[in-house]
Parts: sequence; structure tokens; C-alpha cells
Amino acid sequence: MSEITYKPGHEPHPRETRRIFRNIDRVGYTPSIKSFLADGGYEALKKALAMEPAAVIDEVKKSGLRGRGGAGFPTGVKWTFIPRGNTKPVYLVCNCDESEPGTFKDRFIVHQDPHQLIEGMVIACYAVQAHYAIIYMREEFPEAAKIMKKALKEAEKNGFVGKNIQGTGYDLKIILHRGAGAYICGEETGLINSIEGVRPYPRIKPPFFPAAIGLYGCPTIVNNVESLCQVRQVLLRGGEAYAAEGAQRSPGTRIIGVSGDVKKPGYYEIISGSITYGELLYELCGGPKEGRKFKAIIPGGASAKVMRCDEVLTGRNPDGSVRKMSIFDVPMDLDSIAAHGSMSGSGGVIVMDDSRSMPEMLRNLNRFFAWESCGQCTPCREGNPWMLKLSTRICEGKASPEDVDLLKSVADNICGRTVCAFGEACSWPVQAFTTKFREEFLALTKPINALKPHNPESAEARKYLTRED
Amino acid sequence: MTEPTDAINVLAEDIPSPGEKFYPSFKPTPELEAEAREYVAMYPEGRELSAVLPIIHMVQEKFGFICARSIPWIAEMCKSTPIHVAGVVSFYPGIRRKCPGKWHIRVCHTIACAMSGGEDLLKFICGKIGVKPEEMTEAEPMAVSADGLWSIEAVECLAHCGFGPNVMVNDTLYSRVTPEKMDEILEEYRRRD
Repeated sequence: MSEITYKPGHEPHPRETRRIFRNIDRVGYTPSIKSFLADGGYEALKKALAMEPAAVIDEVKKSGLRGRGGAGFPTGVKWTFIPRGNTKPVYLVCNCDESEPGTFKDRFIVHQDPHQLIEGMVIACYAVQAHYAIIYMREEFPEAAKIMKKALKEAEKNGFVGKNIQGTGYDLKIILHRGAGAYICGEETGLINSIEGVRPYPRIKPPFFPAAIGLYGCPTIVNNVESLCQVRQVLLRGGEAYAAEGAQRSPGTRIIGVSGDVKKPGYYEIISGSITYGELLYELCGGPKEGRKFKAIIPGGASAKVMRCDEVLTGRNPDGSVRKMSIFDVPMDLDSIAAHGSMSGSGGVIVMDDSRSMPEMLRNLNRFFAWESCGQCTPCREGNPWMLKLSTRICEGKASPEDVDLLKSVADNICGRTVCAFGEACSWPVQAFTTKFREEFLALTKPINALKPHNPESAEARKYLTRED
Repeated sequence: MTEPTDAINVLAEDIPSPGEKFYPSFKPTPELEAEAREYVAMYPEGRELSAVLPIIHMVQEKFGFICARSIPWIAEMCKSTPIHVAGVVSFYPGIRRKCPGKWHIRVCHTIACAMSGGEDLLKFICGKIGVKPEEMTEAEPMAVSADGLWSIEAVECLAHCGFGPNVMVNDTLYSRVTPEKMDEILEEYRRRD
């Protein structure tokens, strides 16, 4: 394995473990099936096809693999939600609508190593006995759509997709369906509606999982790109061996995408829980930019609650005693950060240093969510533009101090009152920003601070408005 | 532009754009129909409606945008109604009801790209291609330059956050774009004429 060479400037950090991203930026590796087969491709599929479908599901359940799309639901358990005695066709959809700001992992898989995904998909389809699968790819990946179409043809020619796969009598058709630039299509029921050809409004729950009623009213499994690639790893390693590695409750590797104010932003594949946020940001990412200090971290994509870097958190030592810690001491697995009120989501870490104005950051997120709200539920459709107006007014120095509380109250009234999780996704950032950085919001509500600073107090507040590079 | 209250007119009329001279105008041909049928055949039997997005993409790629005349044709192809197709078209930000320029520029301005200068870059490009940033409104997010060569649009997350600011010109993504780099990119496209 040591003979892999990566393109200069793209070498993995020694603390990384490249599995899913093994072939990303590798010298001489192309998206063609030749490269993949030479790297031991489709061996996991052969292994799976020799097993009973139920045994494959058991293996994935044993592995403890959890979905990588953000919610972290156990993949194997999701597969068992297909109703017993089901006579309808089963569908599998690969969610490649990667659109959570801060997340950029699936892009590299579908652009540089598409066969890895196809193999994972065929294994998953075999396990749930689906004969028709769809890769739902976002419109902003036109190159990847071409690469993926070519890869699917290659896989069919080599007998890994199509009729009678590897002589086992198992048939599977995989098609590529492109979205059209809507964030809401990442929500699984919205995605299903998008495939059905209607407006992609998320569907009312229950049923909570489309595994019961999904595409065309049939049982449908929706899995993220990385989850399906991890399924391949489970088959390669065996469920028990996979479960033994990394954090107990979220085993395996994780791909972390770091963006924002660090010296070396980019993607890092680590064993889940093997490093802390501090190690990630200071060792792997090279620390803050020259002369700057870290101020805030959004740990799991734009909808996760922001964490202050100087926040004192309480954790527990292995012996059960309480200890004081900061965000930098929290291990990078799926659950640890959740204990401190945020979430690890899809692994997109956005870092802000002390040059950033937090109200300005929130305004940007409000604009994103106002633009992307699908408009189905009133609280979200009306609340998001309202929150954008409020945060814009605050940033322009035209707001009163009460507006800060109003902003949070609007968020509180969206949260939990919508059909899909978008309601939480848009209100969590507002709740966290306005609570944790309240002083910055309030500073901007004093009219004098929005003008030219002519006293120390306004100069102090002014620093949140300007950025010195 | 038509009054937004007049839904029927919104469907029946196209918004004129200088970019139209670079794209053929929509004409339903047997070849086009054959291609549409291929998309329909991808989906299970009786699920023609699923092909609405692929067919819309096909029309948009060939003709630049979804013109009013193409909507009934698309509806016919996927056994639906024009109003349903119009509903789908109007939902997605990636589907255009106005013709873009020959080169369509998408600039990401979501948090990570904004932090690395996406907003300033957007203004910079606007200046370079002769478009006022105010022309990009919520109702009409895309602005087309007078010569029809360029169109520009501020978009949300392109999923390449670690390497911002990100810009897409037609199907190609450019990362860590500085004004100097953008100048070179624009020059390169100008030379392609």
C-alpha cells in the first residue's frame, strides 16, 4: 500500500487514514474501470454476491456503520425497515445532492473514483434486493455526470451492473438523474419527489423512512455517497473488524472538509474519534492564519450550531470525574460534539477567526436559507426572509436591541414547526449565533457604532464590522 | 417584464435576452423527440413524468433556456400538462426562463466562499463584463451583458468550500479565483470566439 504516490501538494497528513479517499489526487489514477480494477476494485462485490442478501445486511448492521449524509442513522438498520412480505419493487437512491455549505466530500468521489460508488451501490442494492437504482446528482456537477455515465457503461460492459451480474442471475439497472440546483432535494423525500417529476416539496412524516413508502409508493432506500462507499469498506474488512476501529458508536473513517480561516483548508480522512478538533485545526490544517486567533467553529455544515472557541465545556474523564475543556478537546466522532449542543453532521467544518463579524456571517447563512426554502411550510417560507431582513438591518446598524431578541424568537418559532428538517437547519444557526455572540449583535444596534468611530466604545464595536487583511 | 400577478402571461411570454443570438431557437424535431423518448425509457413503465427534469436539462443545454414554446412540448413528451411543467421549471434555480450569455458565469457567495472574497469577486466580474450588480435581483438572479457574450449569476454553495472563492463558467469549475486569475479566465474565453 505504501507505493501510492499523491500529486505534489496533495499528500495526506501522517495522521490521516485514506480509505474512501485512497485514490483521490493519486498520481496515475483515472476514473476509468482499469484503474479501479488494478486497485482491487469490485472484489467486495464478488464477496457480497457469494453471500445471502440477508447476510450482507447483517454484516453492515454488525459493522455499526452510520450514514454520512448528516443525520448519522445506522445504515444497516435503515435497510431492515423495508416492510416484511413486501411484494412491490424496492428502489435504492444514492443521494449525491451534496449542497450543505461547508461539505465537499462527495464531489471528489464522483469526479475521481466513480467506480467505488458504483460498487458500493451494487452491494447495497443486492442486500435490499433492489433491481433499479438511481444516482441523484446535483446539477452543479456537470463534469461528474459525464464521468459517472461513462463509468456506469464501463461497469455494465464488465458485468458489474445490468443483467445477470457476475453470472449470479441478479439484475440491476442504475441510472443517473440530475437535479437542478435546489438544496431541498438533499432531503430524502424532497429528492424522491424530484425524481417523480413533481415539485420537490418534502413529504409529510410519518412514515419517517421512505423505506416504508418512497419512490412511486414503493419501499425506497436513500443513502449518501460516502455511506455507500463505506458499505464497500465493510465488505472488504468484515463487519466486526470495521466496528472495532474508531469511536465505539460511530466506527470507521470519516471525511472532514475544512473551510474558512485556517492555513491549509481542504479534505482530511481520519479514523472517527482518533483526533480532536484542536488537533485537526492546529496540526492537520496548520493553525490559524498569521497573527490571527480562532474565534468560532461551525462543526458540521452550515446548519450545525456554531461553537465559540473560548467557550468552557464540561466533559467527563474516563473515571467519571468532571473536567473543564474547550471545543478543541472534543474528539471528532459523530456523537461527542452533540453532547455540547451542536452536531457533527456531514463533516463540514467551517472555521472563523477573530477578523470575522459574526452578524455578517449569520446574514450570509440567513440569505442561503431564505433562498433555499422550498416554500411549502409557512413558518419557514415567511420566517427565513424575515430573519434575513432582521440580520441585514443589524449589519447595517439600523436595528434596535430588541431586534436581536426578535431574530431569535423568529427562529424559535420556525424550529420544529415544519414538514422537514430544514426548519431546524435554518433556525439552529440563528439561535446559536445570537445567543453565543450576543454582544456583537447588540454592539451593532447602537446607531453610533455604525458611523465613523469617534470614541473608544464605538471603535470597539466597529472592529466587528471591518476586516483588516 | 410581465407583472408577476399575471401567471398566464409569465408562461406565454419570454423575457428577451441579448444572449439569444448564440443559441438556436427552440424547434421540436424528430431527433429531439427521439432523444426525449430515450430519457423516458430510463424510468419504469408508466413513470414518464420522472423524465421531466432530464428533458428540461436537454432543452436547456441545446437552446440555452426553457422558452414558453418548449413547455407544451416537454409536457407532451412526459405525458403531463404545460402548467405542471411550468411549476417544475419555476421551482428550480438551475432552470432558466431567460437565455444566458454565450458564457454563463456562476459565482458562489455562500459562507465559505464569501469569507474568501466571493462577494468582491462577483462585483469585480460584473465590472469586467459590463453588468451592474443591481441587475441581479431576487426575481431575476441572472444578468446578461449587452453583447450577449456573458451572463452572471450569484449562486449558493458549489460544494468546493475548502478552495474558495469558486466560480463556474458553463460546465467548468475554477477554484481559489483571484481577480488576476479571473482576468486570465475571461481572456481565455474571449479568445475562444
